[in-house]
Amino acid sequence: MTVAMEVERLSVDVRTPAGRVRAVRDVSFTVHSGQAMALLGESGCGKSMTAQAIAGLLGPVAEVAGGAVRLDGVDVLGLDPASRRKLAGPGLAIVFQDALTALNPVYPVGTQLAEPFRIHEKLSRRAAREKAVELMDRVGIPEPRSRLNAYPHQFSGGMRQRLLIAMAVALRPAVLLADEPTTALDVTVQAQIMELLAELRTEQRMALVLITHDLAVAAEQADHVAVMYAGAVVETGPVAEVFRAPRHPYTRGLLDSVPAAGDRGTRLRSIDGAPPELADLPSGCAFRARCPLATERCATERPPLAETGPGRASACHYWKELADG
Amino acid sequence: MADPVTAPAEPLLRVEGVTKTFRVPGRSRRGGLRALDGVDLTLGRGETLGLVGESGCGKSTLARVLMLLERPDGGTVRTAGVDPFALRGKELLAWRRRIQMVFQDPYASLNPRLTAAQLIGEPWLTHRDIVPPERRAARVRELLELVGLRASDADRYPQEFSGGQRQRIGIARALALGPDVLICDEPVSALDLSVQAQVLNLLADLQAELGVSYLFISHDLSVVRHVAERVAVMYLGRVVESGPVDEVFAAPAHPYTAALLSAAPSLDAVREGSRERIVLKGEVPSPLDPPSGCRFRTRCWQAEPRCADVVPPFEPAPGGPGHRVACHLPLSDRAQATEHALQ
Repeated sequence: MTVAMEVERLSVDVRTPAGRVRAVRDVSFTVHSGQAMALLGESGCGKSMTAQAIAGLLGPVAEVAGGAVRLDGVDVLGLDPASRRKLAGPGLAIVFQDALTALNPVYPVGTQLAEPFRIHEKLSRRAAREKAVELMDRVGIPEPRSRLNAYPHQFSGGMRQRLLIAMAVALRPAVLLADEPTTALDVTVQAQIMELLAELRTEQRMALVLITHDLAVAAEQADHVAVMYAGAVVETGPVAEVFRAPRHPYTRGLLDSVPAAGDRGTRLRSIDGAPPELADLPSGCAFRARCPLATERCATERPPLAETGPGRASACHYWKELADG
Repeated sequence: MADPVTAPAEPLLRVEGVTKTFRVPGRSRRGGLRALDGVDLTLGRGETLGLVGESGCGKSTLARVLMLLERPDGGTVRTAGVDPFALRGKELLAWRRRIQMVFQDPYASLNPRLTAAQLIGEPWLTHRDIVPPERRAARVRELLELVGLRASDADRYPQEFSGGQRQRIGIARALALGPDVLICDEPVSALDLSVQAQVLNLLADLQAELGVSYLFISHDLSVVRHVAERVAVMYLGRVVESGPVDEVFAAPAHPYTAALLSAAPSLDAVREGSRERIVLKGEVPSPLDPPSGCRFRTRCWQAEPRCADVVPPFEPAPGGPGHRVACHLPLSDRAQATEHALQ
């Protein structure tokens, strides 16, 4: 298995009127070619900001405060803008949640799909359009040739997401970042899109980083998972193992919150309270105020993300206790 | 609580053959958008009915009809035997308080310029005799505590609350008039998972305490399976299957239900091992130009010529009592559904 991308101790700061706030804290993970890694967490946990930092798309108020993102051994965070743009497409591509805002409304989709070939491969207009037709066909858009001149608003939500995926995978990227790619879609369409992503992953040996809040999507699509809470990774490992036997109380709380078959009418075990403000994180473990296992040690000592077994890590002092009972 | 299998003899809410067509500019009246095309459903007292279906299937139009925000073109709606569309004036006003709604987005559905107390008490400005003015402040505090907020939260504004707390305000506001039915339109889909569980628990507690019925509209099948006793599945303006939730989920009779269940991502893959999946071809056809006969036939793997000619009636399914399906070729069990799909 070849490593496609290595993220090491990535941190992102956001400038607010009240001062700098660390929104992503020492996030590390590795994705291998042909595999999928789910970055899982609730709103505000920093998962999308992690993706934006990796893709070099952070907004003006946010900046990388440390860490490295290695693609083929090269730290992309240290590259100048021109070299970085060269990577966008063949190296690293991103698919956004909302395809309607991600596509340009005033250009026909054929022009937008041909653009990567025009810029990166310097193809002629005609050759690039041929490539666009092939791509549209590949992602399952019916009658692609006749739809080259259609505008994004003339496509349904599922078709727009297919177009966006087509643009992202046009130059066969080594790593595809997908930020909630199916959240806005209906379930039957979601299943189609997920199937397409899985096919492309196998076909192109592409590594997929799937950013999602949906445990079930992560369970079905990913090989590995990194669970984020309050800007930091709290647990990582193979998705089946993590979900079967979580080693962080937050992961366990999330899993317990999903209604399971056969427990209708019973109370769901929810996680009490709400995530902390990033600007005002508690001392020690960020989860301790909501944690059933918390002790005084959790208030004084921040648990590091430490290995708990082959390929698994947890940021909890008491992961053993959790695993045992 | 109502018996989960057989609906009571005189249901609280009975909808029969309701149709609703919206006129579309540039099209004839007959060529309009048929949002509801003969919807049947019943809701018993203290019962939860799950309503599932994809965008554009008519779930929200149905909710609007039940709220009397839209007048149906045909069919009947009865609430405890009364046709609300025949009521006028005071009677109509008195009737309206019986069905209230909880909205999807607690960020958009609460006026940011009103405090929690004003939001919760606003319905009493229209329905003046529900709570006497001198009792209102106390009643607001009771409602806040009922939904798990503090009485001291009364003077705070929506933006001072988290998403889950805002949804609690939305629920308190819906309960202010003491309704019989709450229409919950995707009440937890804008919330984070851990908060979603808290709100679902609250809805269960309120039902046990107040005996209120829920029409629970959701795209999340695992949530519906958890909260509802019965479920109705809609596709392009029609209810294609309804019945006890355990039975419909374990042995869907309509191919669309089977596909929907199979397409929904689930943790069961991890919990119970992998499963076969039915991935439907294509997308939901436009309601402006629905297929003839069975509306699902263009995506159905077992469609026959008669599916294009004859609209399948909504009839008792091969399974147990209370289970109905609109399909010429109902599936007898889940295994069969998967087998067909894989061929």
